[in-house]
Amino acid sequence: MSELAGTNKAASPGGRAIAGPRGRHMTIGPLEYGRRFWLRCFVAATFLLLYAPIFTLIIFSFNDSRRNIVWRGFTFKYYEKAWNNDGLFEAFTNSLTIAVLTTIIATVLGAMVALLLWRYRFPGKPAYEGFMALPIVIPEICMGVAMLAFFSRIGWPSGMPWPLNLSAITIAHIAFTFPFVAIVVRARMAGFNRELEEASKDLGASEWQTFMNVIVPFMRPGLIAGALLAFTLSLDDFVITFFTAGPETVTFPVKVYSMVRFSVTPEVNAASTALIVITVLATIVAMRFQTPDKTEAT
Amino acid sequence: MDQPIVSIENVAKHFGTVKAVDDVTFDIQPNEFFALLGPSGCGKTTLLRMIAGLEVPTGGAIVIDGQDMAATPPNHRPVNMVFQSYAVFPHMTVEENVAYGLKVTGTPRSEIGPRVTDALGMVQLAELAKRNPDQLSGGQRQRVALARALVKRPKVLLLDEPLSALDAKLREQMQLELSHLQQRVGITFIIVTHDQDEALSMADRIAVMNDGRVTQIAAPDTLYENPTTRFVADFIGKVNLLDGRVVGTEGERVAVEADRLGRITVPHEGDASGDVSLVVRPEKITLANTEPDGDVIKSQGKVTDWAYYGDTSHMFVTMDSGLVMSAKVQNTTRETVDNFDVGDTVWLSFSPSDVLLLRE
Repeated sequence: MSELAGTNKAASPGGRAIAGPRGRHMTIGPLEYGRRFWLRCFVAATFLLLYAPIFTLIIFSFNDSRRNIVWRGFTFKYYEKAWNNDGLFEAFTNSLTIAVLTTIIATVLGAMVALLLWRYRFPGKPAYEGFMALPIVIPEICMGVAMLAFFSRIGWPSGMPWPLNLSAITIAHIAFTFPFVAIVVRARMAGFNRELEEASKDLGASEWQTFMNVIVPFMRPGLIAGALLAFTLSLDDFVITFFTAGPETVTFPVKVYSMVRFSVTPEVNAASTALIVITVLATIVAMRFQTPDKTEAT
Repeated sequence: MDQPIVSIENVAKHFGTVKAVDDVTFDIQPNEFFALLGPSGCGKTTLLRMIAGLEVPTGGAIVIDGQDMAATPPNHRPVNMVFQSYAVFPHMTVEENVAYGLKVTGTPRSEIGPRVTDALGMVQLAELAKRNPDQLSGGQRQRVALARALVKRPKVLLLDEPLSALDAKLREQMQLELSHLQQRVGITFIIVTHDQDEALSMADRIAVMNDGRVTQIAAPDTLYENPTTRFVADFIGKVNLLDGRVVGTEGERVAVEADRLGRITVPHEGDASGDVSLVVRPEKITLANTEPDGDVIKSQGKVTDWAYYGDTSHMFVTMDSGLVMSAKVQNTTRETVDNFDVGDTVWLSFSPSDVLLLRE
């Protein structure tokens, strides 16, 4: 009897806490991870680790000091300096030109490969699929050396006028970015309902009309994601570029690398910040193009 | 009779060694509501897809409105299809979906608008014209698919399991609407279904398919009351199937020694001999607590099981011989359900004319 009373006594405060209007000790549900304290700390730590270096870089780009160690006050000086640094500016233009060309060609090429793999069955398809994805897994340094050997072996002309002098780098970039596009687009096409294609033809559309009106709109999110991937991969690639670049074709990452070898000035920070802004803007624009995904509901 | 709108002539489709459709021949008349009915994997969808041109026959010919379709791709055939998944284009509004088939074939703009409005009105979607497909229910999406096909004014409309994804209530409603629509637009409908209720309630004629072959083509009532094969009798509706042996004739009737039921005499046209199947539908069987009189086939047994469906109950009666027969009891009054219970001894009887004799 007394034991029973004891249980009652113990249970009642707990019960009140759950039902109470203030809800101070509301029970956390098994899937409500967002309400667990330790998990919040973990998430915060992750974000800190990910973004602290980037924010430091941005903040120190405004540092009024030649040596980038101690904060000496706010200035735009180094942005001006970076802008007027002809070598840096040229490297930047080179990088953007290469990235844009690479994005366009790699996206078209990657989408075509993806369609080929999605649509057709042919002998040796699994082998082809594996070989196609090889540039993704091959170490970049090997790719770089291979590219260097390849271009010198076939005697690819160097010293051509701009922008033809960027052709070797651009070709190398296309070669290692298009598999990424292909994989992203291929994954997107896996969710395509073949009946959509059949319905289009049944309604009187030709093969080409079906492709343009039904398949491409479905593919678009994949195309945009793939293009974005190709763009950023090309823009910040160092290793492969380093091997394929000539003396007069310096790209931004290569230029920054050579500048850092002397000293890390806020000028490098400023240029890097500009690059981050461009990448983020490109991402935002791409996201804007991706209308809310309603293509799954068929 | 008119020239058939669709002629299927010795059509076959083989996938490797599998004969999905195996030498099928039949005609479909203009303005007919025709159903292809069969269990899954019987080849009915493959046949429909061959009519649409989405599958190429291995052999035979498909003639639509007097023209051999062998060399005609799907986009040039005078048929349109409502797909099982509806295949409504997700990136287009309802209106754009319906207009698509007209646009791609170069219909003048001035004509597209009114025709789309008409088609949407026909399926009662006029108010949803600007919606995106993801804002529609399954039933509404199906109407879009229907309007999209009808706006093309096809000679034949093909429907692939159009109601299978809808819930029971909506399905019943759509069954009625589809038959009304078909009468209104005067287009031949060919529907593929595995649901016998769907086929029975909507179709003018039904082709029952099994293993790639057409087993019987007939009007719904003929199919139900006069199936020609054991498969059709068993597939359509519920049935008591008994094995029997013809032992002689008695005037107009045939005497049959039925398995575990004994000797019965049933009317039968044509000759019959040897092993036969006897078909008795459960609703033709009467249950009673006392021995029935008159010219009936009767037997006593025990209720061993029952299934309650609300409007009807299925009673499973086991006879002393071990034979189990099912009888359908209409729950015509609220008390009917209390008449019989498991364990009760009952009399089961049916008229000899309700026994169908299948030579097989």
